[in-house]
Amino acid sequence: MTMLEVRDLHANVQGREILKGLTLTVNPGEVHAIMGPNGSGKSTLAHVLAGRPGYEVTQGQVIYQGRDLLTLSPEERAREGVFLAFQYPIEVPGVSNVYFLKAAANAIRKHRGLPELDAMDFLALCKEKAALVELPEELTRRAVNEGFSGGEKKRNEIFQMAVLDPALAVLDETDSGLDIDALRIVASGVNKLRSPQRAMILVTHYQRLLDYIVPDFVHVLADGRIVTSGGKELAQELEAKGYAWLEKEPAPAASR
Amino acid sequence: MSTDQLHELASREYQAGFVTDIDSETVPPGLSEDVIRLISSKKGEPEWMLEWRLSAYRHWLQMKEPAWPNVHYPKIDYQAISYYAAPKSSKDAPKSLDEVDPKLLETYEKLGIPLREREKLAGIAVDAVFDSVSVATTFKDKLKEVGVIFCSFSEAVKEHPDLVRKYLGTVVPVSDNFFAALNSAVFTDGSFCYVPKGVRCPMELSTYFRINAANTGQFERTLIVAEEGAYVSYLEGCTAPMRDENQLHAAVVELVALDDAQIKYSTVQNWYPGDKDGKGGIYNFVTKRGKCFARAKISWTQVETGSAITWKYPSCILQGDDSVGEFYSVALTANRQQADTGTKMIHVGKNTKSTIVSKGISAGHGQNTYRGLVRIGKGASGARNYSQCDSLLLGDKCGAHTFPYIDVQNSTARMEHEASTSKIGEDQIFYFQQRGISAEEAVNMIVNGFCKEVFKELPMEFAVEAQKLLGVSLEGSVG
Ligand SMILES: Nc1ncnc2c1ncn2[C@@H]1O[C@H](COP(=O)(O)OP(=O)(O)OP(=O)(O)O)[C@@H](O)[C@H]1O
Ligand SMILES: [Mg+2]
Repeated sequence: MTMLEVRDLHANVQGREILKGLTLTVNPGEVHAIMGPNGSGKSTLAHVLAGRPGYEVTQGQVIYQGRDLLTLSPEERAREGVFLAFQYPIEVPGVSNVYFLKAAANAIRKHRGLPELDAMDFLALCKEKAALVELPEELTRRAVNEGFSGGEKKRNEIFQMAVLDPALAVLDETDSGLDIDALRIVASGVNKLRSPQRAMILVTHYQRLLDYIVPDFVHVLADGRIVTSGGKELAQELEAKGYAWLEKEPAPAASR
Repeated sequence: MSTDQLHELASREYQAGFVTDIDSETVPPGLSEDVIRLISSKKGEPEWMLEWRLSAYRHWLQMKEPAWPNVHYPKIDYQAISYYAAPKSSKDAPKSLDEVDPKLLETYEKLGIPLREREKLAGIAVDAVFDSVSVATTFKDKLKEVGVIFCSFSEAVKEHPDLVRKYLGTVVPVSDNFFAALNSAVFTDGSFCYVPKGVRCPMELSTYFRINAANTGQFERTLIVAEEGAYVSYLEGCTAPMRDENQLHAAVVELVALDDAQIKYSTVQNWYPGDKDGKGGIYNFVTKRGKCFARAKISWTQVETGSAITWKYPSCILQGDDSVGEFYSVALTANRQQADTGTKMIHVGKNTKSTIVSKGISAGHGQNTYRGLVRIGKGASGARNYSQCDSLLLGDKCGAHTFPYIDVQNSTARMEHEASTSKIGEDQIFYFQQRGISAEEAVNMIVNGFCKEVFKELPMEFAVEAQKLLGVSLEGSVG
């Protein structure tokens, strides 16, 4: 079954059309990179997929694992396996990272008909997954993202992804703000999470991330549409030439 | 999660709002010396008690209802209130639970309050006050073994008149304020607790108050005395049925902690808050104060989720050197609720120390005011105070206000004050939802996180109850 099928998606934010007929197909096991100029709608796509209020779909369809994703509430989407690593992770004072994540993991497990994890099992799971992205244990005990450095926040997102074990992960600029070592560590964590059952959409501005996490497809999103798609070489081409040349290209097949 | 949904979330259903159908004896509405004489005679009180009431009444007649609190309500007609309501069957006060009307026991069971001693619940001794009368006190015998007296106030007046006379009104004098004077004139019952020198009370003591009858006020009086080196932890819970008219609750609580004694007083207040539009609900105008002698400690912890209006400042007079006062508070106002609450820490003795942690949560159209006074007297050298006032807002139609008053007359005092205001943001709620957690649960988790420092001061079972209560209070139809 296809993991995700986005067909001719149009979406408004604050009454302004941001996505203008976006089409994209993602299969299990695939990693898709989405690149594109600032303000072109990459984060908007991520938020529409996650069901963020205020993002209004005016046309088109999103089919996730054979179901109409757009009719599900944000928490149902999450429980069904859709994960968004935020470009700007949110701070939640007073709520500890582990407590937050345990509530999330158990909400998802409950939805899947699995027994809830007790504190001991959960802490063991956390330890294992924190090691994957080398997240200092101290951070798991602190309030969610509160006072985390930019890089720590990004690392925390991937840590959460590892714990929650999603089917479809959308990583919105997880690489920005990471130092060179952290980028390598986070990328290797993400690579370990690649599996034939899981699909990932990486939003990024930099070819560098794609040296570590090699994508199966690269798409360029410009002005609310996918304007061109290709293999990993496309990213190198973009790095060399920028985005300007694309505007002269004919509409590519991928965006129909 | 839109702003609208946040507002929805802030509206709530009251779950303790049933009315118990029992025959009760009510004095007709109105207040006069005759009514006071009637109350006193119904309770079979000695002459001194009646005189004390009458002197309070005469003071009250000269006093004006306070206008300074940041709360708004229609004028109360004190002649329209009935000052005494008692379940008929317990006219002669029940000697044991077997004599208590089964319907009353049912009521308390519905509230989750075990009165039957055979249930031996977690070793908590309970006194239950239904309307104006104390209906049952549990574990009395066990307490007696160690010399602890825990009984209804009426019983204490009869059985332990010397103790009552010695301490009653020593912390909150009859003329203290309008509502305290009213209470002193007409109080009908309440709890009395006495822990003798050097005794550590072997169990938590607890009183549950419930207003049932319509058009009645509840005026209970609580007096707790811990002698030298004694320790007691006392819990208080309150509920009322849902009624369209407002009901007045004006209680007085006095705590006396002699040298080296410790009193921990915890309240979970869940009086009926009124409906979504602010109709009905309890007016909770309460005076609570404790006096600490040398090296004594009084700790107030309150979780205030109910009442249409709350006017309440549990305070400490730090009379003795090295005494300690603490105030930990969570006050939630949702819908049209208003709360003006806080504390007074009066430092008189040397090296006295006080801590204030106040957490105000406002939702819907709720208005939450913290009002606190820290006074360091001339002789209070080396006094220290730490105050922290945090406000959490849900939605944008509610309000949070803080009025910290500081009056320092000794230059060696050290004062620390911290304050913050935060808002539960839509982006925070979405973050939870994106991780699979519902909006309602998200608000719960954020609110509980916000209140953590206060909840940890509550006895275990109460902390759980308080957490659930906040959840229920904020529960609504999340769309
Ligand atoms: N909540 C919002 N209110 C108003 N405008 C918005 C909102 N969210 C997105 N937009 C607008 O939509 C457009 C697309 O934004 P989006 O965040 O999707 O871009 P992006 O491709 O992720 O850009 P970047 O590479 O800078 O992250 C921008 O013009 C942005 O200003
Ligand atoms: Mg973006």
